Amino acid sequence: MLAFTLRRALQAIGVMIAVGIISFSMFRFAGDPVNQIVSIDTSAAERASIRQSLGLDDPVLVQFGRYLVNAAQFKFGVSYQFRQPVSTLLMERMPATLELAICATVLAMVFGILMGVYSALRRDTLLAKLFQAVSLIGISLPTFLIGILLIYLFAVTLGWLPSFGRGEVVRLGWWTTGLLTVSGLKALIMPSITLGLFQMTLIMRLVRAEMLEVLRTDYIRFARARGLTTRAIHFGHALKNTLVPVITVAGLQFGSVIAFAIITETVFQWPGMGLMFVQAVQNVDIPIMAAYLLMVSLIFVTINLVVDILYTIVDPRLRATISRPA
Amino acid sequence: MSVRHHLLAAISLAIVATTPVSAQTLRYANQGELKSLDPYTLKETTTIAHHGHVYEGLVARDKELKIVPALAESWETLSPTKWRFHLRKGVKFHNGDPFTADDVLFSAERVRAKGSNFLSNVPADAKFSKVDDYTVDVTLDSPNPILTSQWDGWYIMDKKWCEENNSIAPTPAAATTPSFASLHENGTGPFMIESHQPGVKTVFKANPNWWRKPEHNLKEIIFTPIGSDATRVAALLSGEVDVIEPVPIQDIQRVNSSGNASVMTGPEIRTIFLGMDMARDELLYSNIKGKNPFKDIRVREAFYKTIDVELIKNRVMRGLSTPSALMIAPQLYPLFKDFRRPKLDPDGAKKLLADAGYPDGFELTMDCPNDRYVNDAAICQAVVGMLARIGVKVNLLAQPKAQYFAKVLKPGGYQTSFFLLGWTPASSDSHNVLHDILGCRDDPKDSTRGEASLGGYCNKEVDALTDKVLVETDTAKRDQLIKQAYEIVIKDYGYIPLHQQGLAWGVSKKVKLTQRADNQVLLYWATKQED
Repeated sequence: MLAFTLRRALQAIGVMIAVGIISFSMFRFAGDPVNQIVSIDTSAAERASIRQSLGLDDPVLVQFGRYLVNAAQFKFGVSYQFRQPVSTLLMERMPATLELAICATVLAMVFGILMGVYSALRRDTLLAKLFQAVSLIGISLPTFLIGILLIYLFAVTLGWLPSFGRGEVVRLGWWTTGLLTVSGLKALIMPSITLGLFQMTLIMRLVRAEMLEVLRTDYIRFARARGLTTRAIHFGHALKNTLVPVITVAGLQFGSVIAFAIITETVFQWPGMGLMFVQAVQNVDIPIMAAYLLMVSLIFVTINLVVDILYTIVDPRLRATISRPA
Repeated sequence: MSVRHHLLAAISLAIVATTPVSAQTLRYANQGELKSLDPYTLKETTTIAHHGHVYEGLVARDKELKIVPALAESWETLSPTKWRFHLRKGVKFHNGDPFTADDVLFSAERVRAKGSNFLSNVPADAKFSKVDDYTVDVTLDSPNPILTSQWDGWYIMDKKWCEENNSIAPTPAAATTPSFASLHENGTGPFMIESHQPGVKTVFKANPNWWRKPEHNLKEIIFTPIGSDATRVAALLSGEVDVIEPVPIQDIQRVNSSGNASVMTGPEIRTIFLGMDMARDELLYSNIKGKNPFKDIRVREAFYKTIDVELIKNRVMRGLSTPSALMIAPQLYPLFKDFRRPKLDPDGAKKLLADAGYPDGFELTMDCPNDRYVNDAAICQAVVGMLARIGVKVNLLAQPKAQYFAKVLKPGGYQTSFFLLGWTPASSDSHNVLHDILGCRDDPKDSTRGEASLGGYCNKEVDALTDKVLVETDTAKRDQLIKQAYEIVIKDYGYIPLHQQGLAWGVSKKVKLTQRADNQVLLYWATKQED
């Protein structure tokens, strides 16, 4: 078991290094950061001195080495645009992103499961068909379009919800939260729906398919034969067994919710890490880009690692294959 | 009806009558962010405008862009190379420190120190000396008629505060440690920054001790950057913000018809132009090998006479541009009206091209930014279509500004054959245009002349005139010299000016605002009705 965990951890480190190499080589094509730091009429001599002090004139290998050494110690330097340590900036923006991602996931789970169960149990009703249609929209419409449509409906036309930002936030230590104020909660609604819609439809379809599958199995038939109530059969037995793959998918998807928050955050001017990343790309702010990419890959790798380990705990068959590799 | 009631009514009437218009909160959203609060780190319009709410210079520009006294009450020239400035008395920085000559001397040092982006605002040869606490002399090596114009945007900082907070040096662009002055401010201006979260939100509070009587009725400005065009417009339409800049031109109609906001439009002083590489012996990106077609004046003339600026104005800019014959805006040069663009003549152009030896035209690549100027990539597309009429096949390379500028500017090696660029002279004066864009590159060697001349246009006569313009103190004579220089550039078809792009600010019906042509959104001239 320990050997397995170690092996997986080593693989995770390998993935991180690969991400580091790929992202570093991409920065070469992002443009010249100096242009974004100074005005256009800045003299060439001044530009050269900035290049030098940023270390952009060093050989590529030296730059890469410095980048790896610093990254390994979680030192990401100072943002070119904001002149503040990247780690401070990321910490400041992280609560916004995490709060949004968690709300979106919860929303997706709750509604996805409810809709999925309903459309599996009452397959032929009008509502179930409507759910199916909605899920098709959720899967096929791009996020930014949904966001803009919501803004025009609920912010501009109806005036119910704010079109941008996080509203009033409350500071709890280093964490800031919008969950404790009315304006903060209102501001969360549309971004959460936008971000969670895809996951919601995914979960709904998954639950529906799994549920239909489970309802056909023998133990459900035996349960029926024993005369259990429909409610106990559906929710006590069928749903429970349906949820195992759902939780797996939702867990794995949480990483991509954080990563894809980029678009939602841009549309709603949500002050999270994704928005900061987009602005960093536009301004060739390499320290922020590097830190963000590494952080997102760390989240993905960690979630995968945890899921892998959990599997072996949950499923004894897997444990057997691991201890006796083929 | 008792006496008491009458009395009460009278009192309440008196209260209503004497209460001033209550102070308002104005919410403002801009496409760009406020990154650093240090006023010497980034010379960029939006940033300078933000800083202008909290900091002030010795001089300022009024609503018509004329230079007016600010922290300097008055000034005189003792000799062509010696200026005397009388400072305003009784001015206090936001922390209560008094403003004196020492602060001016300190700021003059700091703005020219390594890491400042405002080096060109205060000439390197200018020596500042203190006569008394409220008098400063500035001595120059050679006469400089535009000294005070250059000073606009150079804000005065508090010496004592900078020293106490380890901020003597301007936050260098390449800072590896965060600087105090980039997160805090201590100016003399009409607003103080209450909180600043870079890239998220900045709150300005009115300065109750400002030395001037405010024109605004605001108690607070809440600034939020909103990068997405659609969201910014939606925020204005839903009334969540009162002022936005810019409004994308395709949304102007919609904002105006919404009923609760309208778009203020006006000409901006930025000039958008096309340039051709006439420096290389062979174009980098063309099918003509062994020679450079742009070295032939007939080819440049043909290009000039094919570009229909009116069509660009009507179709691409939706009326929001002012076609220009000069590389400078009419607000910045009084003799602008003496110039006319050479007439549009595609047929003549085709003939010129044939005479130059390209009867079937040729092929080349055009570089264009796609996120820098108003509809920049769309303008380039229109240009491509126009040039196709005379047989010139243009391959358009439209890129984000980060990649575009890295390629075409001097550090990138001027790698372009044909490009679109915009320019606002930092000093609001023709000398900057003549020197930076229309001057010969590297002449004398290692000078900054012609550094922004991406096309490498060069005419020694223009340079000679530019040098005279620099030191001529008689305004009328100086304008004539500038005119001669511009006439040569036009005769040479050195560049193809297109237009001054339009400003478009979205303003709520509740807000009254003054729009200045340099696109600085200055909310200390804003008044807002009660919510």
